Amino acid sequence: MGQITLSINGEKHAVDVSPDTPLLWALRDHLDMVGTKYGCGVGLCGSCTVLIDGEAVRACTMPVEALENVEITTIEGFHPAGGHPVQRAWQEEDVAQCGYCQGGQVLAAAALLKTNPDPSDEEIEDAMGGNICRCGTYPRIRKAVKLAARYASEEGGEA
Amino acid sequence: MSARRKSDVDTSRRAFLKVSLAASGALVVGVGWTGLVTAAGEETWVPNLYVRIHPDGRVTIVSKNPEAGQGVKTAFPMVVAEHLEIPWERVEVEQAPLDDRYGRQVVGGSRGTPDGWNDLRIAGAGALYMLTRAAAAQWNVPPESLAAVNGVIRHEESGRSAAYETLLEGAARQPVPDVSVLKLKNRPEEFKLLGRFVPGVDNARIIHGKPLFGCDVRMEGMLYAQYVKCPVFGGRVKKANTPEVERQPGIVRAFVVKGTDNLSGLMPGVAIVGETWWAVNKAREKLKVDWETTHADSSEGYALEAAKLARGDGETMRHDGDVETALEGAEKVVEASYYYPFVSHANLEPQVATAVYHESGKLEMRAPSQNPRGARALIARTLGMNERDIHIELERIGGGFGRRLTHDYMVETAWIAREMRVPVQLQWTREDDLQHDFYRPAAWHHFRAGIDGDGRMSAFDHHFITFGRGGEPVSGASLSSSHYPAGLVKDFRLRQSIIECNVPTGPWRSPGHSAYCWAYQSFFDEVALAAEKDQLEFRLDLLSRSFGEPPLDLARTAGTLKKAAQAAGWGRDPGPGRGLGMAFHYDHGGFVSHVAQVHAKGNRVRVEKVWSGIDVGPVINLSGARNQVEGAVVDALSTSQLEITFAEGAVQQSNFHDYALATIDQAPEVECHFIQSDFPPMGLGEPPMAPAPPAIANAIFAATGVRIREQPWSRAGIIV
Repeated sequence: MGQITLSINGEKHAVDVSPDTPLLWALRDHLDMVGTKYGCGVGLCGSCTVLIDGEAVRACTMPVEALENVEITTIEGFHPAGGHPVQRAWQEEDVAQCGYCQGGQVLAAAALLKTNPDPSDEEIEDAMGGNICRCGTYPRIRKAVKLAARYASEEGGEA
Repeated sequence: MSARRKSDVDTSRRAFLKVSLAASGALVVGVGWTGLVTAAGEETWVPNLYVRIHPDGRVTIVSKNPEAGQGVKTAFPMVVAEHLEIPWERVEVEQAPLDDRYGRQVVGGSRGTPDGWNDLRIAGAGALYMLTRAAAAQWNVPPESLAAVNGVIRHEESGRSAAYETLLEGAARQPVPDVSVLKLKNRPEEFKLLGRFVPGVDNARIIHGKPLFGCDVRMEGMLYAQYVKCPVFGGRVKKANTPEVERQPGIVRAFVVKGTDNLSGLMPGVAIVGETWWAVNKAREKLKVDWETTHADSSEGYALEAAKLARGDGETMRHDGDVETALEGAEKVVEASYYYPFVSHANLEPQVATAVYHESGKLEMRAPSQNPRGARALIARTLGMNERDIHIELERIGGGFGRRLTHDYMVETAWIAREMRVPVQLQWTREDDLQHDFYRPAAWHHFRAGIDGDGRMSAFDHHFITFGRGGEPVSGASLSSSHYPAGLVKDFRLRQSIIECNVPTGPWRSPGHSAYCWAYQSFFDEVALAAEKDQLEFRLDLLSRSFGEPPLDLARTAGTLKKAAQAAGWGRDPGPGRGLGMAFHYDHGGFVSHVAQVHAKGNRVRVEKVWSGIDVGPVINLSGARNQVEGAVVDALSTSQLEITFAEGAVQQSNFHDYALATIDQAPEVECHFIQSDFPPMGLGEPPMAPAPPAIANAIFAATGVRIREQPWSRAGIIV
C-alpha cells in the first residue's frame, strides 16, 4: 500500500492503495465514485470507460501507478451541469435502456467527436466497437453520435 | 377476444378494492386514505399509493415495478399522469420498494403493462375525480360542468379556475369514488401524453453517472464480498484454505457456507469478505477448495444422447389426424433438423446485492431483482426468517432478460450479511456470472412437412428433443402442444424426448419462443421454397385457416406480417448480394413480424435493416416501445452467434472473449410500424425477440443460398 495522488475531474485525490490496483476499483471502493461501472474486468466491454487526457481508456485494466501525472475525467465529472452535445443527444434520442453501459458510451462518443467532429457510420462503429450494450441500443447510439456532431457544429465549438 | 375485455372490468374492480385498501394500508405509515400529510409545515395530499400532490404544485408518481431497461419507470407514471391531466414536466417519479400493497411487482412475461394498466388509470382518474368534486363544492356548481386541463380545474361558464394544489384540502374530504364513475381512456384518439416519444425519467442520472444501480449502493461501514461456488453445478465444499485467505491484505473474513440443495437458491461455497472488492478479488487467487462433485454433464454427451433419441419415436404429446398416412400421400415431403445451444443472459451488470442484518433481526436489502417478492420468500425460507423482517429496496436493474427472476445472488448476500453483522455488498465477477447462470436450454427439432397438390403445407411431424430432470422438462425447456403449426394443418404430430441434465436452466427473454421460433420459421421458409410459393403468400395461406382451436389470433398475426412486408417493399429485388427474409410470431400477448434485409460478401453478412410490424394494442411510450423492438432485434442477432458449452459438469466460457456479445458494427437499422389495434395495451419486452433470428436467417438464405440450421451461425459458415 502507498499514497498515490490522482487528478480526477479537476481535483487532486490521495488514495492509499497498492500500486497495481486498477483505477476502476480506486474510484469505486476508495473514492465512492460509482459512476464508472464494472462489466468484465479485462477491458472487453467498455462499461468502465474514463477519459485520460481526453482519450477513452478502460479503467478496469489501468493500474493507478501509471496515472500520477495525467488528468482523469469520469462520467460524474464530465460536464456535470449537462449541455454537452453528446449529453443533449443522448437525452434527445433517449438512448438508454437499462443504462448500465451508457456512462462509458457517452465518454467514448465524446472522445471520438473531439478528434473527429463529423464521423461516418463506419468511423462511429470503429470508435464505439469496444463498448458493449447488452440491451442493444446501438441503432440509437449511432443516431445520437451523429446528432451530437450536428449540435457541436451548430454551436461552432468543439464537442 | 371479448373474454379479455370482460376480464378487464373484473380487474378494475379488484384494482379499486386495492386502491381502497390503500386507505387502511396508508394509515400504517401515518397518512389516511385521501389524507393530508404534513411535512415541514406543508400539506401534501396522498389520494392513493401512486399519487402525491404537493402544495407547491409538484406531483410525485410512484412506479411500483422494478426497472430493467424495459421502460416501465417512465411508462407507468405516464399512464397516471394522462388520467390525472397534469403536465408531464411537473411529474417526479419515485421508485417503490417491495411493498405488498402494490400487488404484483415483477419484470417478466411482458406482464407489467397489461397488469398495471387498470390500477394506474384508476389511480390517476380517481384522484382527478376527487379534485374535480372539491372544486365543484367550492364553487357550488355541478362537477360535470368542470374540465381539467394541465393541472387546473376550469369552470368555463364563469371563467373560474383553480390549480390542483389549491384544492388539496377539499379533495381529501371527498368520498372515495366507485370505479365505475371514473373516465378511463382506452384509445389513442383520447390520449394527450400516451403514445408520445417520452425520454426515460432516469436519463439525467444515467448520463451523469449518479448512483442508480445495485452496485452503486454504499452504506456506512460496508464491506465487499465475493462468493466462490463449485464450477461443477451442485458441487459441495469438502475443504478450503480459508485461514490463508483471511491472512491476505484487506481481508476481514473468509468462511465456508454449507448451503442447500437448491440450484436456484443458496448453493455451497466460500465467502470472502474484505475492505475493498479488489482486495477480495486478489485474495481469491490464493483460495484453494477441494470440491465434491456428483455429475460431469458435457455438451458432447448431450449431443450423443440427442442423436440416439432422434432415432427413437419419442413420447407423442399431440396427434391430430394421421401424420404418417398424410406424409405418404403428400405431393412432396420436406425434412430438416435444427439445433440451438444453451445460452447465457449475460447481463452487463454482474449479479450484485447489498444487505445489512440488524441486531433486531431485521434484514435490509438493496438489490436489482425482477421478482423481489420471490426473492424475499427465498431469503426467509433459507435463513429461517419471517418475511415481515425483510425489507427490499429496488435498484435499477443493469439488464434483466429473465436472469433476475432467480435470486441466488440475493440469498447469498443475505447469508453473508447475517454472518458478518455489518453491511455487505456481494459483487460477482463476470466469470462467476457467466458460469453460474440459469441458461436458456438447448434443443433439437426434427421436422417433416407434407405439401399437397395445391402447394399447401398439409401435414407436420415434429420430434422435439429437450432437457429435463426426472423425465419432466426443466425451466425454459418445454414446448406447448398447441404451438403453431398445430391447429394450422390437418395432420399434426408433436413428439418429445428428454435428455436428463444437471445444469441450471431458467427463463431467458421470451422463454422458449426466443429459441424455437427460429427453427419453425426457418423450416417454413424451406417448405415454401419446396412448394414453389412466395414466402409471404405461403405464410398468409398458413394463417388463413385452422383446424379446431387456432393456436394464435390469425388476423392479428397476418396483419403484422402484411404491415412488415409492405414497409419493407416485399417482392422487390434488393440488389446484388442482398436478400430479404421474413418471420411472424406471437408470444406474451404481442404479435410481431419482421422482414430483414442483409448484404452478403462471401460468407460475411451485414444485416442492413429490419422492418417490424407490431400489434400490442395502443402504444404507451413511443420511445420505450421502439427501444424494445430495436433492442430485441440486436439481442436476437447477438445471441444467435453465441453458445454456452459444458465439459465435466462446468461451463467452458468465462468472459466476453469467448461469449462475445454483438457490437455496434453488427447492429441493423430497425423501423417500427405499430398497428394500434382495438385491444388493451400489452408489454413489448419479449414479443419482438422471437421472430428476429428467423427473419434474418431467411434473408441470409435469400442472399447466399446457405440455410442455417445450427446455432451459433458460424457452424453454418456464416459470419455476421
